[in-house]
Amino acid sequence: MFKRFALTLALICASTYGQAQSKMETIASMSIIADFVRQIGGERVNVTTLVAAGGDAHTFQPAPQDARRVAQAKLVFINGLGLEGWLPRLVQSSGSKARIITVSQGVQAIRDTSDADGHSHAHDLDPHAWQNVANAKIYIRNIAQALSAADAEGAPTYAARADAYLAELDRLDADIRAGLATIPPERRRIITSHDAFGYFAKAYGMNFIAPQGVSTEAEASSRDVARIIRQIRAEKIPAVFLENISDPRLMVQIARETGAKMGAPLFSDSLSPESGPAPTYLAMMRNNLKAFLDALR
Amino acid sequence: MIFDALIAPFFEFEFMRRALVGCVALSLAAGPVGTFLMLRRMSLFGDAMAHAILPGAALGYLAFGLSLSAMTMGGLITGLLVVILAGLVTRTTNLREDASIAGFYLISLAIGVSLVSLKGSNIDLLRVLFGSILALDDAAMMLLVAMSSVTLLILSLIFRPFVLECVDPSFLRSVSRAGGPAHLIFLALVVTTLVSGFNALGTLLSVGMMMLPAIAARFWAVELTGIIFSATLIGLIASLSGLILSYHTGLPSGPAIILVAGGLYLLSLIFGPRGGLILKFLPRRHLEA
Repeated sequence: MFKRFALTLALICASTYGQAQSKMETIASMSIIADFVRQIGGERVNVTTLVAAGGDAHTFQPAPQDARRVAQAKLVFINGLGLEGWLPRLVQSSGSKARIITVSQGVQAIRDTSDADGHSHAHDLDPHAWQNVANAKIYIRNIAQALSAADAEGAPTYAARADAYLAELDRLDADIRAGLATIPPERRRIITSHDAFGYFAKAYGMNFIAPQGVSTEAEASSRDVARIIRQIRAEKIPAVFLENISDPRLMVQIARETGAKMGAPLFSDSLSPESGPAPTYLAMMRNNLKAFLDALR
Repeated sequence: MIFDALIAPFFEFEFMRRALVGCVALSLAAGPVGTFLMLRRMSLFGDAMAHAILPGAALGYLAFGLSLSAMTMGGLITGLLVVILAGLVTRTTNLREDASIAGFYLISLAIGVSLVSLKGSNIDLLRVLFGSILALDDAAMMLLVAMSSVTLLILSLIFRPFVLECVDPSFLRSVSRAGGPAHLIFLALVVTTLVSGFNALGTLLSVGMMMLPAIAARFWAVELTGIIFSATLIGLIASLSGLILSYHTGLPSGPAIILVAGGLYLLSLIFGPRGGLILKFLPRRHLEA
């Protein structure tokens, strides 16, 4: 009902000003940021995702098509914190005049703690800041601000939508805390194949142990795997989790060898397709929470 | 002490035992197959094959999603198609084997890359398809062991005509018509060994274990049986010591095994009794007089 009203209103506005109101073209580097921009931008903004749902932002290879989209965009939203090493070159080579917005601006970044055994990474900040809902709220404020700056006319819309979404995020944050509070602290330990949950761990008091480094590029050695198996046995870690990108067979092997419970797939740095269990950020976080609770209870 | 360093890891961890079984199965088949590839000057065949299987894997993925068995079957079929077409072209035209394989594998790779991008996804299919030595599940291990047994069995059946075909194809053609089929059967064996190896252990390990022991063995023996046995033995030594090296140093396991095999090759190159560098440049006193 409201939608139709808004549409009519928009049509009237467009005809009164005598020019068709076209949507603002924006680019998001990855699916989670695209979801945020859609939530705030609503009908006024068109979002194109470079790394599609299910893809891996660490190892993405841009295609000419992507360069064309970047060239046409007015705003390019990136996560920052070293996640999109390939993006500055893409923007430059496409000749784009787009403004690049680093949505993680203002986030308290944590160090990549996974290279205890001397693996060196190109970046030493953990980029997966959205795993803490408090950081997602910072993302939302940055996005709303950038949209308003680029499109002053829509500023009230963006502000209203951002407020509504921030309230949703507060509810999500409360639900995560309430859910995990039902698990005794000594059971809040999980093995997952992709160390993307550093921010979640710090914010919500969970302990994640990874068999691979923070980047999906590193290959596991038999010493690392042996160390994890020993650790699961010694500390009686209750659950092992697959991640939607990494090699699931390694996890299956570890679970079989230790008797730990296999959790449902987690989504950490990419949303699922529309039909999947995690098509939006809110759905992704609730999906992960449910998976943790099911495995640890 | 030595027990702790060399044997204990295999008692303590099942994944180490599985890795060892997988490597042994691969070495047993890869020794003889690699030797023949080397003798036929097809040492780079494995790398070509690793790319040639992409369109089949992609079709399997498009039809059945991320199903390992569908992708492996698809890869196997395109791999076989590429070698059979290349084999037929080599037999009927004056193009050499390596050239015709290069032609077909490049076409195959281009089709594969196009198919993958049709889906608009940037998942690296080959990375999904290629397994890891540390994650051998029951299915992958059975596949590897079965493939290894079948390869050894069939190779022993076509051994005689095939050896003749390698050393003197024109003589074989004058006495029998088994040369062509023997060659094609051999190529099919190479493809099945490689594809099951890719699935279970990854490309580097499969291709590396096929070629490095074989070329190292060249410096230890001159006649065929000797080369095959040395190649298999070198493969087994590299598997065991590579796994233990990876266990103690934290190097990734696949590359560690190949590094040991590469080291054995360099040692053979320098010290090998059959054409090794040292013997070659030492004055050969016994020939004087």
